[in-house]
Amino acid sequence: MVIGEGKPIEEVLSMISDKKKILVVGCRGCVTVCSAGGEKEVSILSSAIRLAREKEGNPIEIREETIERQCDNEYVEELRGYIDEYDAVLSMACGVGVQFLAERYRKIPIYPALNTTFIGGTLEQGVWVERCQACGNCILDKTGGICPVARCSKSLMNGPCGGSSNGKCEINPEIDCVWQLIYDRLKELGTLEIFEEVVPIKDWSTSRDGGPRRIDREDLKL
Amino acid sequence: MTTESRLQKLLEKGEFVVTSECGPPRGVNPDIIRKKGELLKDTVDAVNVTDNQTSVVRMSSISSCILLKQLGMDPIMQMVTRDRNQIAIQSDIIGAAAHGINNILCLSGDHQHFGDHPKAKNVYDLDSVQLIQTVRHMRDEGKFLGGDDLDGVPKLFIGAAANPFADPFEVRVPRLAKKIAAGVEFIQTQCIYNLDKFEKWMEGVRERGLHKKVHILAGVTPFKSVGMAKYMKNRVPGMDVPDAMVERMQSVEKEKQPEEGITICVETIKRLKEIDGVHGIHIMAIEWEEKVPEIAERAGLLPRPKL
Repeated sequence: MVIGEGKPIEEVLSMISDKKKILVVGCRGCVTVCSAGGEKEVSILSSAIRLAREKEGNPIEIREETIERQCDNEYVEELRGYIDEYDAVLSMACGVGVQFLAERYRKIPIYPALNTTFIGGTLEQGVWVERCQACGNCILDKTGGICPVARCSKSLMNGPCGGSSNGKCEINPEIDCVWQLIYDRLKELGTLEIFEEVVPIKDWSTSRDGGPRRIDREDLKL
Repeated sequence: MTTESRLQKLLEKGEFVVTSECGPPRGVNPDIIRKKGELLKDTVDAVNVTDNQTSVVRMSSISSCILLKQLGMDPIMQMVTRDRNQIAIQSDIIGAAAHGINNILCLSGDHQHFGDHPKAKNVYDLDSVQLIQTVRHMRDEGKFLGGDDLDGVPKLFIGAAANPFADPFEVRVPRLAKKIAAGVEFIQTQCIYNLDKFEKWMEGVRERGLHKKVHILAGVTPFKSVGMAKYMKNRVPGMDVPDAMVERMQSVEKEKQPEEGITICVETIKRLKEIDGVHGIHIMAIEWEEKVPEIAERAGLLPRPKL
């Protein structure tokens, strides 16, 4: 899923400092699962904003809403009836949701309340980790199901650099050396010979380097 | 392919070679690199020029190499894949060759996290193995990666690094094999302090006959002080400094420590010279280039052969 993290409250407050009436919109998709932008977080952020503004002697009116998915126009449309009554919208979705709202509602500013951090998963309660960089050309069959593009600090394709130490990455002892993990996994699977194949230069055109991406599925279009 | 590289010619004659390195200046003064070049000129067969080492911005490797070339030296242009995509890499390769640079060392480079621009974006369009392939492709096939023909090929002698001390140890010989499969012709190793481990790595190299496919130059760096020994041991990832060596530096008084560091380095070189498959020594005296002639002299590496 897409993992997000709430922006510092000071940053959010500065975006809306001149607004009197705002709409805070959550999303029931990924950001609810990673506890960053669901109904609960909408309520917590709204309370924090109200409190801060009251303290400043500059109260603000906030409506709280959470829709199914902000990355889907069908649900974004649900805001149509009342969105223009507000001075601004704080979206608690990922960057996709913020943009889908901004594309649909042209008259009022849509501000991000989260930083969209990565594509990842839940490792344990309260811990999320990056696993995919959406390079558009998956090579996990060659790397024991462990991704060096997303998880090696240098995205090396042919093995660990000289900074791999006790299974950790040279840039931070909290980060696993992904090539140690790949090597161990290939060994477990009895397929170490894959390691010695020279991996040719990756085609990055399927990644963001090739420009913004789009999928057209003719079989699904109406 | 035989290039105009002095280093390659000496290695192919079976000479035991000596290389060293120059760190370029952090400004526009060319005399700094010229001065370092003069210190090393008659002591080494070729000299590496680092490419923004430790991710600290310096004068470019390519322009520093040109300055050394003008002194009549045979520079080895280090190139990291951290800062350039394949377009810039190929452009710099042909530019270097046009200036008469004969050697390239293909590296991935230190992560920018360690340098003075930790917020910079890194590139890593290629890794070091793929950079070796790129130079081979341009030189031997006469083509750009994109498939077009080159108008004259860059005749570069192709090197890479190997770190026998990084983890996992079992991957270090296969990783060398990959670099050889990609087409590397010489290797300079990470600084060697743990000789037993290096010898173990060389055994693995010889078992697979890799020492016959590539020229291995063993890397050494003299300690200036016990502080430096401790720093290398504890703070530099992938560095293996045995406790006994730190203790030895500790055992002499402060003023004598530089001399002790040089003595350790000389002893290390003498032992490395005896290892089957080691074809040369790479002396990396970090901001201490003036000591390289003394080290080379004491280690019996002088005079350097003429071509």
